[in-house]
Amino acid sequence: MIIELTEEQRSLQEKFREFVDREIVPYAAENDREEHLNPAMVRKMAEAGLMGSMLPTSVGGSGFDDITIGLLNEEVGRGCTSARNLLTVHGMMGLALLRWGTPEQKKTWLPALADGEKIGAFGLSEPEVGSDAKSIQTTAVLDGDEWVLNGVKRWITMGMLADVFLIFAQVDGQPSAFIVESDRPGFSRKPITGMLGSRGSMLAELHMNNCRIPKDNLVCKIGMGLSHVALSCLDYGRYTVAWGCIGLAQACLEACLQYVKTREQFGKKLGEFQLIQKMITEMVVQIKASRLLCLQAGYLKQVGDPDGIMETWVAKYSASVMVSKVAGDTVQIHGGNGCHQDYPVERFYRDAKINEIIEGSTQVHEYLIARNVLQSV
Amino acid sequence: MNDINVKTRKFLSRFFKKHELADQEDIFALGFVNSLFAMQLVMFLEKEFGITVDTTDLDLDNFRTIAKIVEFVEKKQAPVA
Repeated sequence: MIIELTEEQRSLQEKFREFVDREIVPYAAENDREEHLNPAMVRKMAEAGLMGSMLPTSVGGSGFDDITIGLLNEEVGRGCTSARNLLTVHGMMGLALLRWGTPEQKKTWLPALADGEKIGAFGLSEPEVGSDAKSIQTTAVLDGDEWVLNGVKRWITMGMLADVFLIFAQVDGQPSAFIVESDRPGFSRKPITGMLGSRGSMLAELHMNNCRIPKDNLVCKIGMGLSHVALSCLDYGRYTVAWGCIGLAQACLEACLQYVKTREQFGKKLGEFQLIQKMITEMVVQIKASRLLCLQAGYLKQVGDPDGIMETWVAKYSASVMVSKVAGDTVQIHGGNGCHQDYPVERFYRDAKINEIIEGSTQVHEYLIARNVLQSV
Repeated sequence: MNDINVKTRKFLSRFFKKHELADQEDIFALGFVNSLFAMQLVMFLEKEFGITVDTTDLDLDNFRTIAKIVEFVEKKQAPVA
């Protein structure tokens, strides 16, 4: 077994890193402070082809392999969690259509999503429904040639930015997926501000009040919305969130290394104290361990192995728990400075926690991973 | 027992460890599969047998028993007339 990036993957990784340092890192604090993604940054991401990073070249995407997609999300996650969130939810919409869309839906949406002309997002969560996705209350009723949607979606990442949403609704009690454009009659949205972390992710509450969409906007079959559409989207979501955690943890580590080599206490650099060294060691080892799990999940995805789904759960669980610990230690090492916005690490700490909630909470992961292994013996 | 049957049975055995599946047994009625099973099964069939499971194929009856899965894969592998 060889665990080594190809020359092309290494080269792209370097390009991603340079791009993130140049075009994303300078906006990260502003995105957080203003609770808004800087439009120039989003435009640069689109110009660089990042919005099509998860789509094949046949529809105008980059055609990256799964490992390269992971490396991209690591680097973007290192720069700005909200920018990585954009890639995640936008990709979930695109991949849903690529996998389950009709030829017409693919033709209409995939090239526009791939070049960033249109931004997509994913609408599953509701005010009363989080982990228990089967219980969504939004409904869709067929009326002639149109679906009529009613309901509220909450915590929708990029909800204030997206042009088009993948909305999940019950059709006679059967969860189903729909394309809902933001300019459809009966559709409205309200920003959600004041979040703990990922504050640049432009969260929204989406309201569908007799929102009418064409009959052809149904994605896949009635009743397959969760089992096939949402779960395949969430698999990509979980994978990119996991890699984003690696990137965020790497940002924490790099901030710590810089700090402990310059900050002095008791006449010595912080890095000379053994308790600080212990924290640094744990960061290095935990980041490497989670990165290896992400690489393993990426490899299995690339070869189409069904175990890739479960290994992605494992990787996301490991990476999201790991980044919370790493970000906590990062603030600890920075002391008072780590608690103030003059240093980015307080943002890292707030952003880190969100990863334990999105794309399946830590507890849902614990339940599912344990259940899977218990079933296998 | 044909190759598709053997490979499918082996794949399914990870979900039905202590249960010897009969060819005609309804795998959804047994209650062992979780919400991820549907996607795992699709990925397995696509990778193992080189087919593409389309939206129009998503009928539970295509995947309800080992015999049905074998029938479905053979149909998908058959050259288009």
